[in-house]
Amino acid sequence: MSKTVMEHAEASEVFNRDEPYVNWHDETLWFVRQKRDKSSKQLPEWEQLREAASGIKHYVLSHLDELLISFEQKAKENGVQVHWAANAAEHNEIVLGLLKKHKIDKMVKSKSMLTEECHMNEFLQKNGIEVIDTDLGERIVQLRNEPPSHIVLPAIHLKKKDIGDLFHEHLGTDAGATDPQYLTEAARQHLRDKFLTRRAALTGVNFAVAETGSFVVSTNEGNADMGAHLADIHIACMGFEKIIPKQEHLGVFLRLLARSATGQPITTYSSHFKKPREGQEMHIVIVDNGRSTQLGRKDFRNSLKCIRCGACMNTCPVYRRSGGHSYHNAVAGPIGSILAPNLDMTKNADLPFASTLCGSCSNVCPVKIDIHDQLYKWRQVLVKEGHVHKSKEIGIRAMSTVLAAPRFYQWSGRLGRTVMRAMPFMVNNALNPWYKQRDMPEPPKESFRDWYIRNRKN
Amino acid sequence: MSSRDRILSQIRQNKPEEVALPSVTTFVSHFENTEDKFREMLSLIYTEVIVVKNLEELAVKAEELYAGVVNRATTIPALSAWADFSLNVSDPHELETVEIAIVQAEFGVAENGAVWISDQYLPHRVLPFITQNLAFVIPRNALVDNMHEAYVRLQDTLGWGCFIAGPSKTADIEQSLVIGAHGARSMVIFLLEGE
Repeated sequence: MSKTVMEHAEASEVFNRDEPYVNWHDETLWFVRQKRDKSSKQLPEWEQLREAASGIKHYVLSHLDELLISFEQKAKENGVQVHWAANAAEHNEIVLGLLKKHKIDKMVKSKSMLTEECHMNEFLQKNGIEVIDTDLGERIVQLRNEPPSHIVLPAIHLKKKDIGDLFHEHLGTDAGATDPQYLTEAARQHLRDKFLTRRAALTGVNFAVAETGSFVVSTNEGNADMGAHLADIHIACMGFEKIIPKQEHLGVFLRLLARSATGQPITTYSSHFKKPREGQEMHIVIVDNGRSTQLGRKDFRNSLKCIRCGACMNTCPVYRRSGGHSYHNAVAGPIGSILAPNLDMTKNADLPFASTLCGSCSNVCPVKIDIHDQLYKWRQVLVKEGHVHKSKEIGIRAMSTVLAAPRFYQWSGRLGRTVMRAMPFMVNNALNPWYKQRDMPEPPKESFRDWYIRNRKN
Repeated sequence: MSSRDRILSQIRQNKPEEVALPSVTTFVSHFENTEDKFREMLSLIYTEVIVVKNLEELAVKAEELYAGVVNRATTIPALSAWADFSLNVSDPHELETVEIAIVQAEFGVAENGAVWISDQYLPHRVLPFITQNLAFVIPRNALVDNMHEAYVRLQDTLGWGCFIAGPSKTADIEQSLVIGAHGARSMVIFLLEGE
């Protein structure tokens, strides 16, 4: 993370240099969005399910303390050890401590966006622990020394040729091979060896049930289970918002999660962990890392309802055309853009502006988070607190001056139309950011106001 | 103050005003025929469904389907003659070479083709994942319509349990679906008629 971080707009510009690639990226994600649509329309109760999920999560936010205490108590009764981490550093230390205690220096890990958020892999590696990501997409980006570009589809930004080259270099597959079946088989063999030899497995948590002290982990590949059931020690890490009140509520969430994410009616594996198997140790790390602060922000606390399905990314016209890495945050896309400023306003001030505010994200969100409203509200907070570039501020101030003075507005409109007609090069040039990747519209001869005055008499 | 207490006190300070749980959180699915829906969903995820009249027919089918396969394991006593791999091992790593496991499971869910399996039915949790190929046997009448019904049926999850829908898969390489990621490469479900 020592690399200088490009702002979203700047990174998108780089991403957009290769037009066929951007079109491919755009279409691939849109295809996933369409699968979500098709799948959701199979359920007549879809909208009521979203409403129920949102309502349950609202209840969770307003009872978080009690639910977490109940979860902890039940989990302990089940023989699971529970740890609490106030921030990323404490989380990482807890995991390291557990591994050191067992003299383990190699671990397998299934998908956990929380550990990405905490930059755990880097920390553990610095402390002599090898971490192997076992989700195929995550293993791919790990071998490339990149973070995932999407929370559900970590390697969605890569073409099969990139992966073929990567596997040729690291896994010894044939040079030039690009067949997904062949490449996946190579990864299966490579990772099976890791599963069979690692004594510790770390997994994420999709849902933690307060009533039973159990937690659910969803995968399609089976990597979480392969890791956890073979390891001597299973560590499950969760942001505290993963809690749900009762086991029966899993019915609502598991019906929504995979349909929203990829259009599948359910993931291949929905694994319910309650007690460690005989001779095994099971640990749960409950992490805050800014979540309790976000809980106190009235306008933004709903972001904690998120179940990490990725639907808002797949539908977002900006995400599809700028790629996950341009968001420089563990969680990209619309939801990432409302979570990130809570973690660091200065570093992430650009993200709430990486949106057209079209509202598509809010429309597909399975827990009905008002994502685009929050993006809009973050902009205001960020400008007020001085986290926004002077250039943007000057532009906005100039616009408010013009819009506040009707006569000046009329005059400048007329001037603008004339200039655009007479001297198009004044706007069709590289200095005008609106001219990038698009043509300027033909200026109308008169304004609506002029037209109205002229026609009102008739 | 411990991190636990600090987190909890900050939550208490910052949490929103209390709201009640929504009144409706379960829904009924109106499928014309539950078993047809179950089959339809499984055919979409590359899983064959075979009805068998009794355990004898199950043994015949198992022989037919997996003829020539070595390292066959099962949890079903009626198939003990068919199996050549004992699950009576102390270390689950020893299951590494299992080619096919035929396992008794509890029930299926029509809306998504998932089957519930748990500690109650397994000597080793890793078995349905580590085996190269997997087959479940469930009573033909043990099908529910949707996940809400599934959780009514599933009062307690015991130590560990899992809904498994079809063989293991991934689409992480350019969204191309590949069957057989880390778990089973194939899946068959036997629906066993009532005795």
